[in-house]
Amino acid sequence: MTERDFEPIAIGDIESIYVPPQTLRQRGWQQMKQNRLAIAGIVIVTIMTLLAVVGPWLCPYTYAEQNLADANAYPSAAHWFGTDSLGRDLFVRVLYGARISLSIGLVASLINVCIGMVYGGIAGLAGGKTDRFMMHIVDILYAIPMLLYVILLMVVFKPGLVNIYIALGIAYWLNMARIVRGQILSLKEQDYVLAARSCGTSSWHILTRHMLPNCVGPIIVTLTLSIPDAIFTEAFLSFIGLGVSAPMASWGVLTSEGISSMRSFPFQLIFPAVALCITMLGFMFLGDGLRDALDPQNQKEGSR
Amino acid sequence: MKPLLDIRNLSISFKTYRGIMEAIHGVSMTVAPAETVGIVGESGCGKSVTAHAVMRLLPQETAIYSSGTIYWDGQDIQALSENQMNELRGRDMAMVFQDPMTALNPVLTIGSQIREGLRLHGSVPAGQEETQALALLQAVGITSPEKRIHQYPHELSGGMRQRCLIAMALACSPKLLFADEPTTALDVTTEAQVLELLSQLQKKSAMAVVLISHNLGVIARMCHRVYVMYAGVVVEQGTTEELFDGPAHPYTQGLLASLPDPDHGDKELQGIPGQAPDLFHLTAGCRFYPRCPRAMHICTREEPPAYTLSDTHNVRCWLWCPERRNMT
Amino acid sequence: MVLYVLKRIGGAVVVLWAIVTITFFLMHAIPGGPFTQEKKLPPAVLATVEARYHLNDPLAEQYADYLKHAAVLDLGPSYKYPGKTVNAIIKETFPVSAQLGAISLFLAIGAGLIAGMLAAWRKNSWVDYTMMIGATLGVSVPSFIIAAILIQLFAFTWPVLPAAMWKGPAYMIMPALALAAHPTAFIMRLTRSSILDVLAQDYIKTAKSRGVGTTALLCRHALRNALLPVVSYIGPLAAALLTGSFIVESIFSIPGLGRHFVTSIYNRDYTVILGITIFYSFLIIFMNLIIDMIYPLLDPRISLKKDKGV
Repeated sequence: MTERDFEPIAIGDIESIYVPPQTLRQRGWQQMKQNRLAIAGIVIVTIMTLLAVVGPWLCPYTYAEQNLADANAYPSAAHWFGTDSLGRDLFVRVLYGARISLSIGLVASLINVCIGMVYGGIAGLAGGKTDRFMMHIVDILYAIPMLLYVILLMVVFKPGLVNIYIALGIAYWLNMARIVRGQILSLKEQDYVLAARSCGTSSWHILTRHMLPNCVGPIIVTLTLSIPDAIFTEAFLSFIGLGVSAPMASWGVLTSEGISSMRSFPFQLIFPAVALCITMLGFMFLGDGLRDALDPQNQKEGSR
Repeated sequence: MKPLLDIRNLSISFKTYRGIMEAIHGVSMTVAPAETVGIVGESGCGKSVTAHAVMRLLPQETAIYSSGTIYWDGQDIQALSENQMNELRGRDMAMVFQDPMTALNPVLTIGSQIREGLRLHGSVPAGQEETQALALLQAVGITSPEKRIHQYPHELSGGMRQRCLIAMALACSPKLLFADEPTTALDVTTEAQVLELLSQLQKKSAMAVVLISHNLGVIARMCHRVYVMYAGVVVEQGTTEELFDGPAHPYTQGLLASLPDPDHGDKELQGIPGQAPDLFHLTAGCRFYPRCPRAMHICTREEPPAYTLSDTHNVRCWLWCPERRNMT
Repeated sequence: MVLYVLKRIGGAVVVLWAIVTITFFLMHAIPGGPFTQEKKLPPAVLATVEARYHLNDPLAEQYADYLKHAAVLDLGPSYKYPGKTVNAIIKETFPVSAQLGAISLFLAIGAGLIAGMLAAWRKNSWVDYTMMIGATLGVSVPSFIIAAILIQLFAFTWPVLPAAMWKGPAYMIMPALALAAHPTAFIMRLTRSSILDVLAQDYIKTAKSRGVGTTALLCRHALRNALLPVVSYIGPLAAALLTGSFIVESIFSIPGLGRHFVTSIYNRDYTVILGITIFYSFLIIFMNLIIDMIYPLLDPRISLKKDKGV
């Protein structure tokens, strides 16, 4: 040790390492990256979406093209997934089914989210009697088994793609409304809202800068997890004959057609069923991963 | 006199999703029977981790005991099995936690939670448990204990819950009580009552207490000796008088200087500039130097060893290095 | 306590009324009627038949009439099976569905709880991973696909179980499995995450600091808290089993209420659709009511005296 060692350092000499604190998004992303299942989910969903959008254009056949001579053919070079009982190429029908099922999942969920957000947002913000009244209605509607109503609605509307969007959309918004309202109610009481108000921030600013960003997490998670629900409900509707109309093919239609020919031509069931299951799994993993990552309380040291 | 608790050179790390983080480094502490020892420091400095480590309450999957030994009554307790550790916990050593709201099981009555401790360690003959529980509740100053014993935690106030926690911890008359920020969640009046209660109970049963707090006032009032921790390291230790009258480490000096002075009401409040270091990105050298008003060049290179100032007073700071004394 | 029960029952009646009303008007919004579907009846005959069933009366009258009958639990005649009342149909087919439902319920709760506890206890071990994979499959694979796989495996590849009908214990195995798959998986995931949540709580640490051993920690302290979310799920569980029964009964040709509901939709049999809808809703509301009564008994934090709403 020398004399120099003990000389005091001038303030300027100290290079402090400033590590900016991680934002919630960064921590969330870091946690997601570690979650292998969530990554698998992202990959699956992306691949399926790509296939759905681009796939049918790359196929030489269309989903409605019938070739009765070639009916019930096993998978071959000409028909990768084989053909169905009317000679339609199964591969393109599965891809087309991806389009339909994914779009149903997405559109229905988005409609749910919009209605739910608006309804829950108003209830939460208004508070008091308005809130109680609005939530009473939700409670009453909640007690009704929704699937029954979706079925009845489809009977009234007649099967068809747009009608499915509408029926699913208006039946399942209740959960989202409850979640959004709950979030807004708890956020209203938070200290930082009080702090912002005491600084003179306007209500609109509080809503957009403080409250909505905090709602985004649960909303996204619920949205992601309700997509497989919608896809499943559509599959179920198709199964009992209330889904999209022929020759349009959703995975539900394909699987129900496949079940009836399960014994003789199992591949007609296997391909659409596998596609359906993989996609649902993908969304589940993604939704679970998002939920774990975005919940601030989950980000404790040494979780998992 | 043989110390009751002897921690030697304990280092503990945690596995987190950001990597492995060392929470405490080379911590050594002793506690003698019937002594009150304080551990003071900022949030995150490792005070709780030390106490939890002794009682083996750290999450097993993520905690790594990288080095050091813990001696209880002369015996190395790290070698004990979980069953043996269970016998120690509650009977010989107990802990009172910070947040009385979450520290009690909401679906069990207060009485059943107290009786559980009594039953586990066989301190009272069977059948006597209820009377003993009532006596405990009374000893901690809870009015109408016969009513309280059948109530659930959510029916009691914060102060009462903390008293119940103390009652549960003391049920089997442990030799050492860890009080992990026992009054941080309470208002000032209740805090005074709880502290008074703790010192009474301690005198009655000659129990050692390790009081963990970031509140210097509480420490000054209750403790014989104090350990000052910063960023996982013990930077200074001494008796309360030594520390408060002649703090040796710049961090301790900063802590004391930041206390408001009631005699000089218009004096500006002094803080310690800067922030506690990110334990994932530690620099070489002393952990405090980025915030130290008396940092020297050597502080940026090497961690200071502990220098003895008296029988009871140690400090980890290059300022007290004998070579430096000789040079100036 | 009594007041609380009465209030909840009152609420239930309101809900039922809302259901009846909505369903009634939905039914009559469907173009065409129960008799216009199949053969083309000559207009005169059509008119007579419709008059017999009051289908030409003003809607409000039909509605009032229906309400009057529903209040005394008379759900009216079936259109498609003249001579049979809806009540009779329900009485015939519901016991079968109830049997299937009860088996699936116990299967789901029992297997789900045990699997969830095992997975939480042996967290991150191969036991946990296998359980989680199984659970994820159960939750994301639709029940009709599971049913199809089961039939393929156990009725055809290895012919050990019958593929359809409902004639004895062997017939119940596959349908119960197919029906219970999704709820079992859900309960398993719920139990696991609930137990893990509870184990991370402070009061577990407090109990441990008192020297409570691992088994007692799990069983006495953690479990009661962890089971609360599962109990709240039983209401939606009943609903799930109910709607799941549509598919399972159809695939396995089980003469239950669910399958009948599906056929009555095809047949546009108004009264049957309406009647079964009301019956189902009543069941679900009833289950939810029971759970609402039981839950406060398990969680002392919820008091029956104050109805705090959401």
